[in-house]
This record gives sequence, structure tokens and C-alpha cells, in this order.
Amino acid sequence: MTPTEAEAAIAGQIAAARDPLLIRGAGTKFGMLRPVQAAGMISTAGLTGITLYAPKELIISARAGTPLHEIEAILAAHGQHLIAEPPDLSALLASPPNTQTLGGVVATNLSGPRRVAWGAMRDHVMGVRAVTGRGEVIHSGGRVLKNVTGLDLCKLLTGSHGTLGVMTEITLKVLPAPEAVGTIVIPGLEAEKAVAALSAALGSPYGVSGAAFLPAEAASWLPDRIAPGRSLTLVRIEDFAASVAYRSAKLMAELDLFGAVILDDAASRKLWARVRDVRLLPVMNGEGIWRISVRPSSGPGVLRSVPGAVGYLDWGGGMVWFAGAPTETTHRAIEAAARAAGGTWTLMRAPDALRSAVNVVPPEAAPLAAITRRVKRAMDPRGILNPGRIYSGL
Amino acid sequence: MIRLPDPKPDVLAKRDAVIAGLRAAVADDEGVIADRISLKPYETDGLSAYRQMPLAVALPSTTEEVAAIMRFCHANGVRVVPRGAGTSLSGGALPMADAVVVGLMRMNQILDINYPDRCATVQAGVTNIGITNAVSDEGFFYAPDPSSQLACMIGGNVNMNSGGAHCLKYGVTSNNLLGLKIVTVDGEILSIGGEHLDAAGYDWLGLLTGSEGQLALVTEITVRILRSPEGARAMLAGFASNEIAGECVDAIISSGIIPVALEFMDRPAIHACEAFAHAGYPLDAEAMLIIEVEGSVAEQDDLLARLTTICNRYNPVSMRVSQSAEESLAIWKGRKGAFGAIGRISPDYLCMDGVIPTSQLPAVLRRIQEMSDSYGLKVANIFHAGDGNLHPLIMFDANDPDSFHRAETFGADILKLCVEVGGCLTGEHGVGVEKRDLMPFQFAEHELEQQRRIKSAFDPDWLLNPSKVFPLRAPTAVPRAA
Repeated sequence: MTPTEAEAAIAGQIAAARDPLLIRGAGTKFGMLRPVQAAGMISTAGLTGITLYAPKELIISARAGTPLHEIEAILAAHGQHLIAEPPDLSALLASPPNTQTLGGVVATNLSGPRRVAWGAMRDHVMGVRAVTGRGEVIHSGGRVLKNVTGLDLCKLLTGSHGTLGVMTEITLKVLPAPEAVGTIVIPGLEAEKAVAALSAALGSPYGVSGAAFLPAEAASWLPDRIAPGRSLTLVRIEDFAASVAYRSAKLMAELDLFGAVILDDAASRKLWARVRDVRLLPVMNGEGIWRISVRPSSGPGVLRSVPGAVGYLDWGGGMVWFAGAPTETTHRAIEAAARAAGGTWTLMRAPDALRSAVNVVPPEAAPLAAITRRVKRAMDPRGILNPGRIYSGL
Repeated sequence: MIRLPDPKPDVLAKRDAVIAGLRAAVADDEGVIADRISLKPYETDGLSAYRQMPLAVALPSTTEEVAAIMRFCHANGVRVVPRGAGTSLSGGALPMADAVVVGLMRMNQILDINYPDRCATVQAGVTNIGITNAVSDEGFFYAPDPSSQLACMIGGNVNMNSGGAHCLKYGVTSNNLLGLKIVTVDGEILSIGGEHLDAAGYDWLGLLTGSEGQLALVTEITVRILRSPEGARAMLAGFASNEIAGECVDAIISSGIIPVALEFMDRPAIHACEAFAHAGYPLDAEAMLIIEVEGSVAEQDDLLARLTTICNRYNPVSMRVSQSAEESLAIWKGRKGAFGAIGRISPDYLCMDGVIPTSQLPAVLRRIQEMSDSYGLKVANIFHAGDGNLHPLIMFDANDPDSFHRAETFGADILKLCVEVGGCLTGEHGVGVEKRDLMPFQFAEHELEQQRRIKSAFDPDWLLNPSKVFPLRAPTAVPRAA
């Protein structure tokens, strides 16, 4: 494969660099994880454009700096969508809305509510081109839906936060967008009962594609007050209109959802966009934001175990979003809660001092951490790509 | 014969000491196999054209025994070839003369089933179908369904990132995993992931899946289990040409329907399967589609009606919509018996596994037919049309070395063609030894070198399944992680 001119330029810049480089798309996610100290910068802002869209093959390729909304728009025009429903966290991360890039979303492996049923961003990255820390342009995967040829560096690069390579072009699997969306809303459940209902719904044959629990405080952020002062348990179904109606009715009947109401298509889309974009937490006073991934049945316990923090559950209970005082005390409570439940945490937003001082993701067991260091060296031997972004000293 | 790296003379020379070391690592006396007759079944796998006796076989029963074996082998520089059921079609479990085969078939326990969290934790030697069987009473299933699913083991599925006929909707192995327990080359036991989604940090789960036993030994797996749909039903439609059938596939995908399976068979495959299974396949068709949908009876009716309308636009030479689960089984019977059907026509065949952009199907099938004529070998094509995964079955006579050589060359030409039209060498069988030497057609040398460095980061001395995936070269040139 021949590097493009832009890839060659990035490769040259990396090869010539003596000091650490900050890897930047639109810069909307600098608030996540640890701050990077770097003298130079590599921007993918100039790497834009959709390079291949084959709707009949369920494949789209674009350069890494392409704004995600451009990709979503062309897909929508063809009745298709991004399967993992990636969020726009600009409200949370205090960055401009609608500017995040494809590369940024893939490098952070951010997925929305549909993840629980249809997979994460990483599950739909079919191909990647990237410049490594050696200044070499490599590709992994391709533009087909099934590929086990060689090591899956698509998976390794997805979610690596620019620490192993600079992705220049990404190919995603896409799917037909559902014709209709419906939501069952159950007011007033406490967390355990809510997650039991979500588990029953996700364990039903009715193709549930969203399952969230909003305690009363999170629910109060919704513009349309459905049941003021009460918690909301949300179950989404996406399919052909007749199927949405049929499946909602079956779930209502089988799950004994007392007092439940059904939201129509328009209201459902608005509601789930808010759940997806985490616009259900206080962010005005510099709160720290964390997310914890656990087995769904552990979600309610985790939700209660961080004093002073407020949160809500997505992914059937398995994804806990928290807002709390941006202090080491809160962070330690988050760590303890995640550990006790056998899950992992990610510090999504906090002042630089806190981000630099704590483990923003769980530290790895010593033998695995040694592998991590060797893999980092294998991809970036001089340690110049986004050093320290995920782990201190790496 | 495929070339394997030179055996290490020092390891061959200390065979007795290696066997003693393995016996110390495995509690059961019968957990180490060293005599030639008992070793014989381990000399090959699903790619039976290649054979090589291993130094010894170890059959651990626990992760701790695997770790003890690895500590011993690592300390003594002994190569290790992991093995599940030995069903690999790419020679992934082919031994080496100086290697210990670590067979995980004794680790066949289902450790935990967690319905509320929709996951199950099993040992590596549980069969693929064994997971579904364990949860089917509660209405659940494990989605990836390779056609060897009665025999193949989940540990092998993880190492090869196996697919199946239903991946268009449910994804492949890597999309259905939550956690692994692995043993590193130096015998450390590590947990990767767990019962939760998307662990923070690098995606080791994703990298290990499909790594063909070259990064670590996988001993336990936590898989996602899904609730079975209310029901499923299939239809079949025969068309007058590959082109027309291909256009019909495009139209189905464009309609917004995601069939749970969308299988394509060409004329030779239709005829072979019909003669074998009497499934009622249309012998006057040049190409045939099997389309399966899921849901309630009313939903199936609705989807099958939409699909019938689409198929009718392409003047099908025959069409049959099943009215019952039994009729669906009959439609699938021919397709599922395809390997047996080909085996009846030809005692030996190679099952290839390329992937192409679906739009290229008619052109690729034309080229394959031309190659078939020029090599003088028959070929039948089965295609997962939804995801572009093409399985040409090349028929040859293993008793005739020239026929085998032509079959191999023919197969390689098909895979090169797949890469040429924008696809790849393997969609679900893995590279193994079979496609190892074709890797330079898909990757530049510096790209292979980058992948080798990742392997070196896990396995600095290249002890884990080292003869696979990467083209061989002088041992001195093997790169070490910096």
C-alpha cells in the first residue's frame, strides 16, 4: 500500500520528532483520562473526507479527521446508521458540539446505549490505516465485513487514545437504520427492581436495543418531565414500525410493568439522544465525571456506593455514569466500587491536578503491565505519541 | 509439504527430560503422551494434507497445570502448539517436531452460567455447541456457529476468531466475548476483561481473539449468551445467473432488512448438495440464495413477504418460502451437508476461505470458473453473501501429487484474486500454515514486521505456535521487542 501525501507528511513529522507529540482530531476529548505534556502536535484536522461509501456492502471509509456528523448525515440519507451510536460528549467535556471527528470517536472507543445489544465502536471497525510511532504507515483489516488475516491491530488501535499510532483512515461496518423507535418507560422503580426489569427485557426475544435506569435526580434533567420526582426505567425497541408496536406490547404484557407508558418515535429519539450524550448529570460546577463498567446486576450497588456522587445506569445496568466532587476522595470511592464489583473505571473529566495524580483507568497486573510496555515500545519505540495519556510513564 | 522452522537440536536431544518435566507439571499419569502410536492422532488437524509428529502431547486439566507446563517449556526453550479439537482448516494446530502440543480438551467444564447478566464462563475445551446446549433450556444460545460447531472448542474459536452462517446479524467470536483467562508464555495466569463490557485500557481481548495461539494460551472464556428469537424461517430462491442473484442480494441489503443468514450457492454446489441431501434445490438454477429471518410468526410472514417481492423483481427460476420450522430445516439441510456432499463427489477437497466485496461476486466467480478450467479441477462455491465470505471447495485427488499441487496453486490463485479485488485472504478459518506464505500479498514487509513485533511483546522467544501466520525466514532475523 502506498501512503497518501498527508500520511507521508505525518510519518515524516513523527520520524523527525525528538519530543513528545500531542495527537489531536478536533480536540473535543482532551478532558478525558490524563493530560499530555507535549511540545509538538499532530493534527488530523486536514485529513477529511469520505473515501468510500458502499451502502449495499454496509461499509463506509473516511479519513480520520472527518467530522462525525458528516458521516452520520450521509448514512442517514441512505437509511443507514452507525451501529454503536457513538455519543457526543461535548456537553460533558465542555467542548464545542458537533465537531468531534471519526478518528476521535474510534481512538476513544466511545459507544452509546445501543452498545448493550449491537456491540461497541471497536466491534465495527473493519479497517484502519495508521502512522506508527516509527513513522511507518500501516494498515490492518480492510473494507470487507469479515477478516481474520493477521493480528487484529484494528482492535488494538481502537480505544488506544492515540498512544500507539495516528489513525489516518477508518472503515466501519454500518447497518440499515431502523424504521421506528419506541420506548417503554416505567416510573418509580428503585434501582434493583429496575435492573431486574432491564435484565428481563434484554433477556427476552424482543430485540431490546437500549436499557437504562435514571434515578429521580438524573430524570429531572429531561426537558419533558414524564413522571416528576420519580425514577425512570427505560427500555428501547428499534425495528420496523409494526415490530416495534408488537414487541412493546409483548414486553408490557410479559414483564408486568405496572404503570408503564410507551413513548412514541419522536419522543424516544429525543430521550435516547440525551442518555447517549450523558446530558443527565450536573456539569456546571466543575464536577468530576466517571464511568464504571460492571456486570449489569452490580450496577445498583455501585450506584449507591459513592457518597456525594449522583449518577445513572445505561447498558442494562452495566454502565454507571457518575458526577461528583472532583477530589481524590471521590475517585478512591469510585475505584473501590468498581473493584468490589469486578469491573473497571474511567475518569472522564476532572481538573488536571486530579487527572495527573490518580489512576484514570485501573492499573494492570504486573505481568500484563509488562506486556503493555513492550507493546507500546513495539508500536512507538521512542514513546513520543501521547505519552502518559492512559498510564503514567507510558 | 509445508516448510516448518528447523527443529531445535538441543530440544530434540533432551526429549526424555522434556517428557519428565511435563509429567511433573500434569497430575494425571495419562496427561502426557509420549509414545509414537498414541501421538499419531495429534500429527494433523482439519487440514489433513499436512502432517508432523510432535515431540510430546500434554493434556492439562486445570489452568494451573497449563501454567506449570508453560513455566517448564519457557525455562527450557521448548516450543508449544496449543490445540482444541483439532478442527482447524488452516493447519493452526499442526505440530512441529520439537514442539509440545498442549491439548485443552480435558478442560471441558462449564464453570458458571449467569442469566441475569447474560453471560457464561466456560473452560477452553467446551465445544461450541456445548455452550448453547447448556443454556438452551432457558431459551438462550451462544451466537457464533461455525459449521464444525459440534466438535470445535470455544478455545479454538477464540484463537481463530471463528464465524459462521449467522454473523451478519450476530457478529463473529470477538463480538461475543467478555473475558478470558490466559496463561502467558512464561506461565503467568492473567484475567482479561470479566463479566462487563469494554474494559478500560488497551483492548487485549480484541487483540488476543484471532491471534492463532501465538500470544498466549487461553484456558477460560466468558462469553455473552443471547435470548433466542421467537422463531426463524428460511426461504430459497434460484436465479438464472450469478449476476442476477448478486443483484438480488444488493436489493435485499438496500431494503433495510437484515436477514439473520443470507447464503449463496453456485450451480455446482446446488447440484452436489441436492444429490446428497435431496433438499429440493432447483437444479435448473445457476445460483441460489437461502435467506433466513427471525421473529414472531407475524414478523416472519411480513419479512418473508417483503423478501418475496424483492426476489420476484429478479425473475427467480424457482422460489420456496418455508411454512414451518420443518420446511426451514429441509432448506438448510442441503447447505449444512455441503462438505459431505462434496466429499461424495470427490474424496479430497480443499475448503478455501477468502473474503470479497460483495459487488465483486459475479466477476470473481467468472474468474474462478476460468481457473477451474485451466487447472482441470472442479470447484463449487458457497458464499456468506451478507458479509462477503467466499468458500470455494476445490476437488482433487490426494493420491495424485500433481492433483494436490494444482489444487493448492488454484486455491492460492483464488485468495490472491480476493485480495486483488479489495478483499482478504481469510474471513474465518485463520492464516495458519495454509495461507502463511500468501501474507505478503496482503501486507507489506514492514506491516508484517510490525505484527511480528506485537507477537514478540507477548512471546519474546517465539515459542508459541511459531510456524504459523508469518512467512518463515532465517531464525536469526526474527525481531525481538526493543
